[in-house]
Amino acid sequence: MAEMIVFIIFAAVALIGAISMVAASNPVYSVIGLLATMFAIAVLYLMLDAHFVAAIQVIIYAGAVMTLFLFVIMLIGVDTSDVYGAQTLRQRVMTGIVALTFFASIALAGRTVWITGSDAFGKPNLNGTAEAVAGELFGTWTIVFLSTVMLLTIAAVGTIALAYFPQDGTQDEVPR
Amino acid sequence: MVDFLWLVIAFPLAGAVVNLIFGRRIGQPASGWLAFGLVAVSWAIAVPPTIGFITGGAQTETIFLFAWIPLVGADAALLWDPLSALMTMIVTGVGALIHLYSIGYMNRDERYPRYFAFLNLFIASMMILVLAANYAMMFIGWELVGLSSYLLISFWFTKPAAAAAGKKAFIVNRIGDWGYLVALMVIFATFGTFDFNTIFSTAPGVLTAGTATAITLLLFVGAAGKSAQLPLYIWLPDAMEGPTPVSALIHAATMVTAGVFMIARSAVLFELAPVSGVVVAVVGAMTALVAALIALSQTDIKKVLAYSTISQLGYMVLGIGVGAYAAGVFHLTTHAFFKALLFLGAGSVIHAMAGEQDMRKMGGLRKKMPITFLTMGVAWLAISGVFPFSGFWSKDEILAETFARGGGYYVLWAVGLFVALLTAFYMTRLFVMTFLGAPRWDDGVHPHESPRTMTIPLIVLGFFTVSAGIVNTPVRLAFKHFLEPSFEGVVHAKSLDLGLLAILGTIALIVAVIGIVWSWRKYSGAELPAEDGRWWERSRAAFGVDEFFGRSLVAPGARASRWVADTMDLKVIDGAAHGIGGGVRRVSEGLAKLQTGQVRSYAGGVAVAGTILIFVFLYVGGAF
Amino acid sequence: MTLTITWFLFLAAGLFSIGLAGVLIRRNALVMFMSIELMLNAANLTFVAVSKELGLIEGQVTALFVMVVAATEVTIGLAIIVAVFRTRSSANVDELAELKG
Repeated sequence: MAEMIVFIIFAAVALIGAISMVAASNPVYSVIGLLATMFAIAVLYLMLDAHFVAAIQVIIYAGAVMTLFLFVIMLIGVDTSDVYGAQTLRQRVMTGIVALTFFASIALAGRTVWITGSDAFGKPNLNGTAEAVAGELFGTWTIVFLSTVMLLTIAAVGTIALAYFPQDGTQDEVPR
Repeated sequence: MVDFLWLVIAFPLAGAVVNLIFGRRIGQPASGWLAFGLVAVSWAIAVPPTIGFITGGAQTETIFLFAWIPLVGADAALLWDPLSALMTMIVTGVGALIHLYSIGYMNRDERYPRYFAFLNLFIASMMILVLAANYAMMFIGWELVGLSSYLLISFWFTKPAAAAAGKKAFIVNRIGDWGYLVALMVIFATFGTFDFNTIFSTAPGVLTAGTATAITLLLFVGAAGKSAQLPLYIWLPDAMEGPTPVSALIHAATMVTAGVFMIARSAVLFELAPVSGVVVAVVGAMTALVAALIALSQTDIKKVLAYSTISQLGYMVLGIGVGAYAAGVFHLTTHAFFKALLFLGAGSVIHAMAGEQDMRKMGGLRKKMPITFLTMGVAWLAISGVFPFSGFWSKDEILAETFARGGGYYVLWAVGLFVALLTAFYMTRLFVMTFLGAPRWDDGVHPHESPRTMTIPLIVLGFFTVSAGIVNTPVRLAFKHFLEPSFEGVVHAKSLDLGLLAILGTIALIVAVIGIVWSWRKYSGAELPAEDGRWWERSRAAFGVDEFFGRSLVAPGARASRWVADTMDLKVIDGAAHGIGGGVRRVSEGLAKLQTGQVRSYAGGVAVAGTILIFVFLYVGGAF
Repeated sequence: MTLTITWFLFLAAGLFSIGLAGVLIRRNALVMFMSIELMLNAANLTFVAVSKELGLIEGQVTALFVMVVAATEVTIGLAIIVAVFRTRSSANVDELAELKG
C-alpha cells in the first residue's frame, strides 16, 4: 500500500510537470516543469529496482541536459510570444485528438497484448546496481557501448562545427 | 604470453592509423622509425610464444577475442599453432627489416608517411590472415592484404604504368578471390561453420571425395591468384612498378606466400581430395618451368627477380601438391629470406644507379658496393641451390619428396630438376651482369654503397640465408617436427632413406653447378653475348601470355564496355532515365504542394501515421 | 489495489502523449525539444518497467543507451537552435519554412 501511495504521488508530479512544461508560456517555467518530471521518473526508477539508472537520470538529465537548456534559453533570450493559447482553436483541437487517440491506442495495446498480469512487482527479482548494469554493459554489449563513445565524439565535433563561425554571419569560411 | 597476441595485429594497425592521420606532422624520418618500431615490437611480442613451440612446451591454442558472427562460427579468434607462429615470425621479422630498409630507400619521397602507413597496414592485414582461426576472418585478412598490395603497387600513381599495374594486380586477384569466396560458401554449406578446428576435426567424416575436390580446387583458384600460379601469375611481374622494398616484402617474401600458407592450413581438406593434389602439383611444376624460362632473358633486374619468385612459388606449390607440406612451408621460409635479400640488394643497386634497372647498363659494381655484392652473392648461391646454403636444403627436400611419390611424379621431379638448372643459370646471369665484368654505366651515374639503414637488413637477411637451411637437413628434421602439430591427422609422405637422399641431393647440386658454370662462362666476358634467336625473343616477350590475355579477354571486354557505354547507356538507359525522370518530375510538382515547410505539420503526420500503425498492428494481432 | 507494472506503463503512455502534444502545439523550438526529451523519458520508463517485469537487466542497459542518444541529440539540436538563432534572431519553427515546396 505504501508503494501505491508513493507511486501515485510521483506519478502525479510527473504528469503535472509534463503538462506545465507544455502549457507554460515562459520557456524557463517549461524547464522547471520538465525538471520536476525528471526527478519524479528517477524516483519511479528506484521503485523498479533500477538504482543505477535512477542515479544517471538525476545526474545526466536533471543535472546536465536541463542545465544546457537553461543556458541556451539565457543565450537566445526568453521568448514568451509562443503560448499555448496563441494557437488557433483548430490546432488545439486537432492536437488534443491526436494525442488522446495515441494514448488510447497504447492503452488498448497495453491492456490486450503486452501486459501479462504477472505480479513480478515487489519481488526482488532484479537488482540494478551499478555493478550489475556494468557487468551487462561491458560483457554482452561492449561493442555497442564503445560505439556510443564514437557517437558522442561525433556529436561533440558536430556541435563545434555548428557553433564555430565568424561573427559577421558568413558561415562559409571555417577558420583553420 | 599468448593472451597478448592480438597486439601483434593491433600495433601495426595503430601505426597505420597514426601515420595516415598525423604522418605529415611527425615528419620524414620519424614516421618511418615509428612504423619500424611498431612492427619490431610486434615481432618481439610473438617471440616468447614461438619459443614455446620450439622447445616443445607449448600447445596449439585458440585465443578468443570477441564474438563477431557467432552464428556461422566466425568469431574474432586467433589460432596459434606452429604454422601461424612461423608465418608470424617471417612476416613481422622480415617486415621489420624491410621497414628499416625503407627508411633509407624512401628518403625524401613526398608521401613518405603515407608509404609507411600502407606498409604497416599490410603487416596488420597479413597478421590477420595468418592468425585467423576461421575461414571468414582469414578472408578479411586476404582482402585487406590485396588492398594494401594494390595501394603499394600503385604508390607512385602518377606513373601511368604503376597505376595500371596496381589495377591489374587487383583485378587478377579478384579472380582468385572469387574462387576462394565460392569455396567458403561450399564449406559453409557442408559444415555449417567456418571454424578451422571444427572443420578439420569433422572433415574426414563429413566430406565426400567430390565435395572435398570441389572445395580444394576452388581454394586453389584463390591460392593461384594470390601466389601467382599459372595462369594468374601475370600480375606479379607488373607489380614491380611499386617501390622495391614493397616488391621485397609483399611480392617476394610474404603476401605471395599467402596462397601456399592457405593450402597448408587446409592440408586436412587437401588430403581428402587426391585429385586436387595432382592438379596442384602439376600447376606448381608448370608455373615453376614457365616462369624460369621467362626469367632467362629479362634484362630488367626486378623483372628477373619477379619471374624467379613465381618460379620458386611454383616449387612451393609443387611441394604442397605432393603432400610434402612441411617441405613446402620450409621452402617458403628460406625463400622469404633469400628472395627478400635479393630484392633489397637489387633495390640497393637501383638506388646506387640512380633509378637504372636495366642490367645491360650495370656491371662492375663489385668494388663500389662491397656489402651489397657480398650479401647478394650469398643469396645467389642460396637460390641456385648450392650446398650448404638454405635454398639447397629446402629445394632438395621438395624434389626428393616428389621423387618419392614415384609413378607419374618422376616427370614432375625431372621438371623440377630442369627448373633448378634454369634457376642457377638466370641467377648467375643476373649476378654476373650486375656486379662483375666491365662497367657499362650511363654517363653521370656514380654508384655508391647505400646508407646503413639499408645495409643492416641486407646483412641480417644474409645471415639467415646462410643458416636457415640447417634447421631441416635430412639428418636433423627439427623444422618438420616443429610443424607437426599443425599437420596433425595429415599423412606425411613416407620418409626416404639417407642414401637415396644423398644421391638426389648430389644430382641437384651437380645440376646447379652446371647451370652456374655455363652461365658464368657465357656472361663474364668483356662483351655481353648477343641473346637473339627465336627462343630468346619469345622468352623476352614472356611467351606472349599478356598479349594473349589482352586479345582474348581484355579487348572483347573493352569492346563490350564501349558498346554498353555508347549504345546501351545513351539510348536505352538514358532514354529510360529521361522518361522516368520527366514523369517523376511531373508527379513531384504535384506532390511538392504537400511540402509546407512547417515542422509541426510533419510531426503531426508522423503522429497520426504512428497511431494508425498501432491500430493496424492491434487489428492484425487479433486485439479486436 | 496492488501496484503492478501496468500502472507504470500507463503513466509512460500518458507522458508520451503529453510530449507528443507538446511537439505538435508549441512553436518554440526549445519547448519542442523538451517535449521530445519527455517522450524519450517515457520510453525509458517503459524499458525499465518491462525490465523489472521480466527480470532482465537488459532493459536498464537499453535505457542507458537511450540516454546517451538523447544527450547526443540535445547537444546537436541545441547547437542547431543557437546557429539558427544567430542568423534569424528567432527560435520560432513556424518561421523556418524555407523548404516549402
